[in-house]
Amino acid sequence: MISNLINRKILTLLKVQYSNMLEYRVEIALWAISGIIPFFMLNIWTNNNLNESINISSTMLSRYFLCAFFVRQFSVVWVVFSFEEDSLMGKVSPYLIQPLNPFFRYFAQHLAEQITRFPFALIIAFFFFIFNPESIWIPNLSILLLSIVSTFLSFLIQFLIQSIVACLCFWTEKASSIERLLFIPTLFLSGLLAPVVSFPAYVKSWIYLTPFPYLIDFPANLLSGNKTNIIGGLIMQILWIFILFPLFKKIWSEGTKKYTAMGS
Amino acid sequence: MLQNIIDVKNLSKSFDISSKEPGLKGTIKHFFRRQKKSLKVIKDISFEIKEGEIVGFLGANGAGKTTILKMLCGLIYPSEGSILVSGYLPFSRKENFLKNITLIMGQKQQLIWDLPPIESFYLNASIYDIDKFEAKKRIKKLSEMLEIDEELFIPVRKLSLGQRMKSELLAALIHEPNILFLDEPTLGLDINAQRNLRKFLQKYNKETNATICLTSHYMKDITSLCKRVICVHEGAISYDGKLDLLLKKLSPVKEILIVCRSEEDAIKLGNSGFTVKNKIKNEITIKIENNSITSSLKTILNNFDIEDLFINEPPIDEVIGKVLIKKDYDI
Repeated sequence: MISNLINRKILTLLKVQYSNMLEYRVEIALWAISGIIPFFMLNIWTNNNLNESINISSTMLSRYFLCAFFVRQFSVVWVVFSFEEDSLMGKVSPYLIQPLNPFFRYFAQHLAEQITRFPFALIIAFFFFIFNPESIWIPNLSILLLSIVSTFLSFLIQFLIQSIVACLCFWTEKASSIERLLFIPTLFLSGLLAPVVSFPAYVKSWIYLTPFPYLIDFPANLLSGNKTNIIGGLIMQILWIFILFPLFKKIWSEGTKKYTAMGS
Repeated sequence: MLQNIIDVKNLSKSFDISSKEPGLKGTIKHFFRRQKKSLKVIKDISFEIKEGEIVGFLGANGAGKTTILKMLCGLIYPSEGSILVSGYLPFSRKENFLKNITLIMGQKQQLIWDLPPIESFYLNASIYDIDKFEAKKRIKKLSEMLEIDEELFIPVRKLSLGQRMKSELLAALIHEPNILFLDEPTLGLDINAQRNLRKFLQKYNKETNATICLTSHYMKDITSLCKRVICVHEGAISYDGKLDLLLKKLSPVKEILIVCRSEEDAIKLGNSGFTVKNKIKNEITIKIENNSITSSLKTILNNFDIEDLFINEPPIDEVIGKVLIKKDYDI
């Protein structure tokens, strides 16, 4: 019953946010195109034959970076910026006194944006295969489903991390600057610029204890068919969600006590 | 006997604010060491509001009216004291409490900017667990009361301020709340839109017996909607009671314009002991204390040849303006 009600709220939110996102088709196409960092990285790796140093074929490396692009497309999060703006402008006030946590709105907004992005990401993948026909492959159904789950879990981890940072708006007002600090490890340790396997052993030993490699590297390896510990990766993703969710709830409950409803 | 729906006891609210000296020196000092101080914006206030009452909160900018409303609806956490609204502690934001209240802030919107208002209405309906059929019924009823129709299907960004405010009201009332917190609801609206909004609020209060707490700088909003006002001065309550009593207290005299048959009568009337404000030919304006109006008018009508007379209430803005600068009104 409760889950039905939540589902109904989320579904309606999703439908409304999807309609809203369709108002911004061009912007979303541009955002999708702006996420092509992995292709630049692929170019650097293959031109310098760096793949040989980590015993990975150039085809598998191409697939890895294409998958990294896909995972990034469906796990990118900007809730801290939206929440910060809404919080500073007082827009969050009406949502705070509705019987639904305002973060559900942002959550639905992200999901709706991902749905809108999907066709653009497919078009980019189509062109990628035209230029790299040797990289064409069809993942088996179970791997595809696990990759979708893993990408969604990656999205959840990033959403929770950013939501926690966003809640710092209740104390600092400019929480996005903290997010910028987090962007550096996200960029370097997530596998967006290089597969984590290419890092020195001593770095790898502690990177895997952080949430970062489970954001891009793990789902991208899973989808591209590279060697990866599937069960271990999924467990770590779920574990991070279990760590981050109560932390978010605690910081949210403490933060709302500090809320001053500025700008309203 | 009507029950108290809002019960506030010894409520206070303090905010931490940092101050900065002007100039580069001040900026550098502020960067390394912030001077923070606690500012008490609401000071130990207590009041009760009964079910179905419409209460106006009056006060100058920064007096603390909006802060009180924000605490009453659970948006901000009180520093001291207790609040019970409809039997709930507002800040605990229990679902049943939130389904019972609404907050409308003039110029602040919850409608989705790029979509028609109807989308936001159905979204709000689902947030408040109202099924689609019931939501449709309520949208129809409220849109008729608010006299909006085609606007429901036009993107919010293309609506006028008045149309947007009506849509905001509809979105805020779709769950049929029992308690309305309205913070400057007519801000920026033209005279007709203000009047329509007031008419709507009166109708809503009459039909649903909803309790309304209202702040407004437009005195017409207060005089046409509120029998009771709470005046807030520097975070404390300076007056809590009936509006007409306050007006009588603040303006103990009325101005009477008397049109005499002849100029001689006007001169005679002017010399008969009344306080004369001005005199132009056969028209004379005198000031009479509220408690002696009947007897004074009787004397004038019996002793002078009067063609016409008009009793002028002093401008309400002028009268209420006194409240905003005075600390205490003991009625």
